[in-house]
Amino acid sequence: MLTLEKIVLRQESFHLTADWSVNRGARVALIGPSGAGKSSLLNAIAGFFAPASGRILWQGADVTQMAPGARPFTILFQDQNLFPHLTLAQNLGLGLSPRLQLSQDQRAAVEQALARVGLAGMGAQKPAQLSGGQQSRAALARALLRARPVLLLDEPFAALGPALKIDMLDLVDEVARLTDATVLMVTHDPADARRFADKTVLVADGVAQAPVATAELFANPPAALQAYLG
Amino acid sequence: MANRPVEIRPALGLALFIAALILGSAAMLLLRAESWRLAPADWSALRFTVLQAALSSLVSATLAIPLARALHRRRFRGRSLLTRLLAAPFVLPVVVAVLGILAVFGRSGPVNAALAALGLPPLSIFGLHGVVLANVFFNLPLATRMLLHGWQAIPAERFRLAAALSMPQSAQFRHLELPMLRAQMPGILTTIFLICLASFAIALTLGGGPKASTLELAIYQALRFDFDLGRAALLALIQFALCAGVTIAAARLSLRQGFGAGLDRAAPLPAPDGWRAPLDAAVITAAVLFLGAPLLAVIAQGLPGLTHLPPGLWQAALRSLVVALVSALLATVAALTLAQAAARRPALWIDLAAMLPLSASGLVLGTGLFLMLHRFVPPAQMALPVTMLVNATLTLPYLYRLILPEARQVVADYDRLTQSLGLPAVSALRFVILPRLSRPLGYGAGIAAALSMGDLGVIALIADGNGATLPLLVQHLIGAYRMEQAAAASLVLIGLSFGLFWMFDRIGGWNADA
Repeated sequence: MLTLEKIVLRQESFHLTADWSVNRGARVALIGPSGAGKSSLLNAIAGFFAPASGRILWQGADVTQMAPGARPFTILFQDQNLFPHLTLAQNLGLGLSPRLQLSQDQRAAVEQALARVGLAGMGAQKPAQLSGGQQSRAALARALLRARPVLLLDEPFAALGPALKIDMLDLVDEVARLTDATVLMVTHDPADARRFADKTVLVADGVAQAPVATAELFANPPAALQAYLG
Repeated sequence: MANRPVEIRPALGLALFIAALILGSAAMLLLRAESWRLAPADWSALRFTVLQAALSSLVSATLAIPLARALHRRRFRGRSLLTRLLAAPFVLPVVVAVLGILAVFGRSGPVNAALAALGLPPLSIFGLHGVVLANVFFNLPLATRMLLHGWQAIPAERFRLAAALSMPQSAQFRHLELPMLRAQMPGILTTIFLICLASFAIALTLGGGPKASTLELAIYQALRFDFDLGRAALLALIQFALCAGVTIAAARLSLRQGFGAGLDRAAPLPAPDGWRAPLDAAVITAAVLFLGAPLLAVIAQGLPGLTHLPPGLWQAALRSLVVALVSALLATVAALTLAQAAARRPALWIDLAAMLPLSASGLVLGTGLFLMLHRFVPPAQMALPVTMLVNATLTLPYLYRLILPEARQVVADYDRLTQSLGLPAVSALRFVILPRLSRPLGYGAGIAAALSMGDLGVIALIADGNGATLPLLVQHLIGAYRMEQAAAASLVLIGLSFGLFWMFDRIGGWNADA
């Protein structure tokens, strides 16, 4: 279980609170107007934004003070998810061994992960040689290799077209199933939430509301969501 | 966003070391200055130092205006090469340029031959004339590049609007170009003034005598010939106060550097025709002649001598190479350490540490270190290490400013990814920072190596006859009027300097793919 215990985020005039949990294996969408703090909340969970107060717990263990890389989470950013000067195999390999000294098994695992996301045999290529969708696939392959129990997605597919985005959401679902991961995904598109997430968190007016069933939320949208959906 | 603790201990240690080196040298000078009375000769050295620096910066910056303007509005074949060559004097060894200037403007050079043919009195290259001429040779290109950046910073739309309103050239100058010049000139003048305050090698070769001695030259004479340590310390202290004072006074003028970003943008508008076209052509031709003739003279004079190079040349070249490589390595590592720390967490103390060397000249640091060490280490043994350390320190500010913007970009783009993968510092350095920064690092190391290779400062102060570097050897040969050998040795020196620069720049370029 991932728990946000009385979390308060503060920066200049920005202010956001969150106090809720999600169950292991859940698929949660974070939705709300831009500037409300969806990304900030995700960054706080990942360890890039220290909360003013409150604790972040995974399975009861406090991770609030841990370095980002040490937390049991993997995060995919909006962009810059791959190092452009490294090959795909090296980019993925860094997820397994920070010194890039891969064993035979690890090398095979990299190949396998690439094949799993539809990039079989492309390990020697550099990100610039890939399309946007392929770059997202490579980043997901690394998440697959790292196999952390929580996958945080900060709108990594915002730049992709609708059809490609659907492919990616399906792939995220597959990766999460393979690694038995809980997924938190920031999105500004209600269709993403409906398609992918069983629970949705509404982030608006300085509060990240406790997650509720997605279908229910959209059937009976509260005022803030109505304002956002228009 | 990233408010985790950042590893700053290496940068902090380095900053303290730099502060100790420079302020320690100054403190040493303060301790050793025996008398606070300046002799008449010292006053005259102070006056001459300021006078030649002021004249040089004024002449360089003034001449740069028509040249930069012509280069800005004209497009011609070789323009791109020319603007790039304008960056070359920055790394050209001073002794080599002096040798070329002697060949062109000296007693038996073509300029005096032409003056004699016209029945005019000869021009003397020694003394104030020569020092200013050589300073202008080095700083006119620098001023021109800085002004070109200024001209390019005027939005093309403004020129278009001026043309649409059919503003005459004079009005265009008043409304568009003059405000830019007014904003740029103070910084350019001060930058060049500061450079010329510490142009020891020029004063050593073209100055001298009671009338044309700079403070640095007086330090050199006090230390080398009179072994008057107290007087050397006092003079060095004055030099330090002068440079530090100007640096601090100029801090808000944002001192510029004349290399970096390209100058190849498309011409904003059709250039004015009529009499202005031949005028621009004449300005550009004159500049090319002024800057190119001395170098061609060195090449012409030196080529025949390459078959019988002076004895000791290769030992001197080897010494210079070692000095250049070590100081380039030190400077690059130091600049990277400080820039990385500043990129992740901006701090005034880092900027101060990186800029502090601007206030010290090679001779000041050299004198300070000599006074600290001479009781424990014989001068012959300290010459090369001290030279390496001083050269690395003096090139640090340039490298820092070269690397910092790119280091900031790498932090902005990849710091979160690096942290989210939990890469330890060594891995981050090896897989992220070095590859991402390899271009500016290679370029910076190349500049540091070439500067150090051609430097004639501390080494002249401390080295004995057997430990000369290549620039010192050239200076000895000029002093002995063995001009052909000096020119041949100069060619080797230029070849090695630019070879080192080219090599480092290429290494940086190779690693920087995608």
